[in-house]
Amino acid sequence: MIKSLLKTVVIIAIVSVSLGARAQLVVDITSGIDDPTPIAISPFSWSGSGVLKEDVSGIISADLRRSGLFSPVPKEDMLSFPKTPEDVVFRDWRILGTEYIVTGRIEPQASGYLLTFDLVNIFGQHKMFTKQVRGGQTQLRDIAHRAADEIFEAVTGIRGAFSTEMVYVQEETRGGKPSYLLMRSDIDGARAKQVRRFSAPVMSPMWSPNGQELAYVSFETGRPAIFRENLRTGARKQLTNFKGINSSPTWSPDGTKLAMVLSKDGNPEIYVLDLVSGKFTRMTRHFSIDTEPNWMPDGKSLVFTSDRGGKPQIYQLTLATGQVDRLTFDGDYNARPRVSPDGKTLVMVHRNRGTFTIATMDINSGRMRVLTETTLDESPSIAPNGAMLMYATKRGDKGILAAVSLDAGVKYNLPSQRGDVREPAWSPYFD
Amino acid sequence: MLKSVKTGLGLACVLAVMAGCSSTDSEQSGQEVVSQPDIEAPVDTNVVDDGDAIAPLENVVYFDFDQSLLKPETRELLIRHADRMRTASGSVRLEGHADELGTREYNLALGERRANAVRDFLVLQGVDAATLEVISYGEERPAQMGSNEAARAMNRRVVIN
Repeated sequence: MIKSLLKTVVIIAIVSVSLGARAQLVVDITSGIDDPTPIAISPFSWSGSGVLKEDVSGIISADLRRSGLFSPVPKEDMLSFPKTPEDVVFRDWRILGTEYIVTGRIEPQASGYLLTFDLVNIFGQHKMFTKQVRGGQTQLRDIAHRAADEIFEAVTGIRGAFSTEMVYVQEETRGGKPSYLLMRSDIDGARAKQVRRFSAPVMSPMWSPNGQELAYVSFETGRPAIFRENLRTGARKQLTNFKGINSSPTWSPDGTKLAMVLSKDGNPEIYVLDLVSGKFTRMTRHFSIDTEPNWMPDGKSLVFTSDRGGKPQIYQLTLATGQVDRLTFDGDYNARPRVSPDGKTLVMVHRNRGTFTIATMDINSGRMRVLTETTLDESPSIAPNGAMLMYATKRGDKGILAAVSLDAGVKYNLPSQRGDVREPAWSPYFD
Repeated sequence: MLKSVKTGLGLACVLAVMAGCSSTDSEQSGQEVVSQPDIEAPVDTNVVDDGDAIAPLENVVYFDFDQSLLKPETRELLIRHADRMRTASGSVRLEGHADELGTREYNLALGERRANAVRDFLVLQGVDAATLEVISYGEERPAQMGSNEAARAMNRRVVIN
């Protein structure tokens, strides 16, 4: 026993050295649920030549850990690295308390890679599935995220969202001049790339429902204007150029309309633009500020922020009748609502004892729950599976991105990036 | 920190003298005045400029949190701006801004509401509305960085350009 422990120690040293050489993004998990499922992602075999550019099993491990629902077994605690379900010595893993193990094999393909992986239930002592994911030369991370999606769904019953992306705004100052970058990255913050660089502020990026386009507000013309941009082709179109505010674009669930805010009538009102006919329809008529529209999943109503009651609160507008109903009553500042994919929960920015936090509200009961404990939290954006949301907060004077589960059980900060980052928008599923 | 507030107050007095006015000092004047980089501090502060047509007027006015009400000292300053605008040619841009507190889109609306309040007041003073253009930047272009009340107070503003 002691002898085998010593052996393990030797393995740790080697493993940690090689890990250091391929440093991964470190996600700083600030809290997790009490009882996450222990799972082991045994390091995958690689039958090709050279060293793989990415640690695929490590990425899967990190994805599952970030969900908060799993506690992946650290490599250094593993007594063996089985590559197939037949290699698994169930007794060893039971001792560790591991409930599931994933084994896998990566093979080279004509232009890329093939991952074959198996999910094994330790206590039931049976294989749950064997699946394959294929990808091109630059898609090792995609392969890993896709495998994580499959494992997550098989164990939790919830569709995984590790293969999704986000866009966000990054501000940098060079030579005293600020630039505003629209950025796009994997949802874990990796592979960040610039969509477009601006010399004037850019804000409010939103994905189209099919994940192929963005709508956003740019000040490049000297006043705020709404643009849509195709992410694949880079083609871009200015949609509005009205006097005053042109802001808060948000796609209808079927992608045919864009709700937005225009103040051309004197004060901010909600409008809906039909993207086919180009026709604008005014939806609100009130002298107060009406802003930050977001569609209910059925496309029949909008939720929005209004200070018509004296303070910013969230209201619901039924499009067919024009009827407006107030939804929030708890606190004196509730704003920028986003609706969960099942239409049952609102997330919003909520002022709580002088600090701005992210809160959820059950639409049926009106019950509000504060999810975050930091003080300048804003721009919540929900994952397409409704399990987590991404938001912007401050660490010191610097803007960072963070995530929290809708039940508040899991929180993490994304790795700090260059410049000031804000306004994350979680993508839809891409298929 | 205290030192910089004092410097600000000193500059406030200098500016008040230059503008031929002594009533802009208020309890909060430490936050009311922004140093303009194009104004050089005069060597002799006893010199009073007699022609206020050439002395630059303070061109930034400030607001309370989530408010677009004009403060009394702001009204006095805007009356002097209006006096000049009535005889001047060309258009004026009123840039509304908000602090970092609250949501970005709501703050865009709040910045516009502040700039509109300034516009409406100037129009009441006889300025031609057609010469005034309102634009809001919300919290996207802070005058001062930093998550503290001193910075926020400097950012809740309308700039008359």
